Amino acid sequence: MKKIQVTLLSGRSLSQGREKEQGKLSESYFKSVACCEINGEDIEEIGLDYGENVRISTKYGTVVVKSIATKQTLERGIIFVPYGLWAAQVSGSETDGTGMPSYKGISSTLESAKKEKVLTVDQLIKKSFSRKKSKKR
Amino acid sequence: MSQEIISNVICTVCGCSCDHLQVTINNDKIVKVKNACAMSSGKMLGYRNERITQPMMKKGRTLKPTTYERAIDATAKIITKSSSPLFYGWSLTSNEAIEIGVDLAEETGGFFDNTTSICHGPTILGVHEIGESSCTLGEIRHRADLVIYWGSNPVHAHPLHMSRYTVMSKGRFRKSRADRKLVVIDVRKTDTAKLADVFIQIEPNSDYELMSALRAAVRGDEIEQEIVSGVPIDKIEELAEMLINCEFGALFFGLGLTMSSGKNKNIEAALSLVKELNSKTKFVIMPMRGHFNVNGANNVTTWLTGYPYAVDFTQGFPRYNPGETSAVDLLARGECDSALIVASDPISNFPHQAAKHLTSIPLMTIDPHITPTTMCSDIILPSAHVGIETTGSTYRMDGVVLETRKLVDPPKTVKTDVEILSALLKRVKSLKR
Repeated sequence: MKKIQVTLLSGRSLSQGREKEQGKLSESYFKSVACCEINGEDIEEIGLDYGENVRISTKYGTVVVKSIATKQTLERGIIFVPYGLWAAQVSGSETDGTGMPSYKGISSTLESAKKEKVLTVDQLIKKSFSRKKSKKR
Repeated sequence: MSQEIISNVICTVCGCSCDHLQVTINNDKIVKVKNACAMSSGKMLGYRNERITQPMMKKGRTLKPTTYERAIDATAKIITKSSSPLFYGWSLTSNEAIEIGVDLAEETGGFFDNTTSICHGPTILGVHEIGESSCTLGEIRHRADLVIYWGSNPVHAHPLHMSRYTVMSKGRFRKSRADRKLVVIDVRKTDTAKLADVFIQIEPNSDYELMSALRAAVRGDEIEQEIVSGVPIDKIEELAEMLINCEFGALFFGLGLTMSSGKNKNIEAALSLVKELNSKTKFVIMPMRGHFNVNGANNVTTWLTGYPYAVDFTQGFPRYNPGETSAVDLLARGECDSALIVASDPISNFPHQAAKHLTSIPLMTIDPHITPTTMCSDIILPSAHVGIETTGSTYRMDGVVLETRKLVDPPKTVKTDVEILSALLKRVKSLKR
């Protein structure tokens, strides 16, 4: 399966802003953030159609989201994921001494995840965060 | 109960603080909102969704309902015992609540940080270095004949910004869109860019270079490169000419600058560019603050501690060193032995490594809704929505303070942020005695 190098931008989208107010467990919020806007030629290159799942990997982590057509023009090699739990899985906590993590312009790879599922909030929390509390206080 | 229509309601979604909403209330429920953007009507009509109406506390692995008294007592004990509790969030609550939060952090010797550290933190660092030429949004509405959005997409993030304050607003001296020029600089052709008179598309992570070249062009210096940040020099010189020749320019910038490579250095370059432009014409600059009262979080924290965010009280006096004392850095280093999150959802928004440490320490949350952060919390204190179910003051993105209103009652069993935090502070003080 072909992997391509892309630059990941995460950011605000109107639907993310609107749907988060419907509740973070709502289906409409899930649809608005567990996705990735990809340029038409890039999606072709990894052998997928819009609506199929993709895996985004960075040096910080990896996540599966649904591919969607770009709502606003996006150059080849740039992908956009709305802010949220899914984007957070692949963003880094290095802040270059500023406090601000890297949410935009992250070097990533993009590949098909046709047979994998996009995890829901519950599943993603379970997978990502161990529930063990440290005993030290 | 009869129907009631309330005018001039202040929106509590983004930093625009639009104050022209008309809300219809029927039986103590908001049933209709006029003049609002999609995000605003989403909140005004959706504030009852996924509410938490009872305090919850973890017993074993599951959250069980409890009383405010018990939940506040348990929270107070945890943060008092902690050697470095983190108090984080604050952008979706009132100035009054933030004030009590600062007291709480001081009293317990913790870290006090707000969501600025992951949005316009670099902006503040830039302003420390260069200073800023600013004004109110009203002045821009009446006078600006050139508006730039750089790394900012208001059509999506601040939907009414252009129609209320900038290019599409009706001002005293600038009556319509035809009286103003719109310049958009972004890495992609956004919906805002589609409305621009001049759109400049740049390569990701190259804002600093373009800003420096533009500044050189404004100064009249010769640039040796042919292309900077993917933009040909003649286009940069043309833009410089356009900026110099405006009468009143306003540069708005978003997270495209603060979150990309360069971060605070990008902002320093933007502030320096505007400083340079002021030697030729009148120019102002303003960050597009995203969350409702994030600007209030900076202001209140500054007038109480001297610092706008990332304040460290662990040594008994306020210290400030973003990059060291900011939430993401503290958590990524595995510091902080408990956290109280107020009106924010860091589990959704922090990079995974930082969020992971939050879930490994005692985590307490004050929030109206179920969020990934409340789902990972050990104690949840549900709260009322500021500006819908309780009053409170807020700072608009330009620093104008507005008093939000109470439109409807909160659910009967739910307290306000101010009530919860006051009770918590009182309990902490009595434990320390």
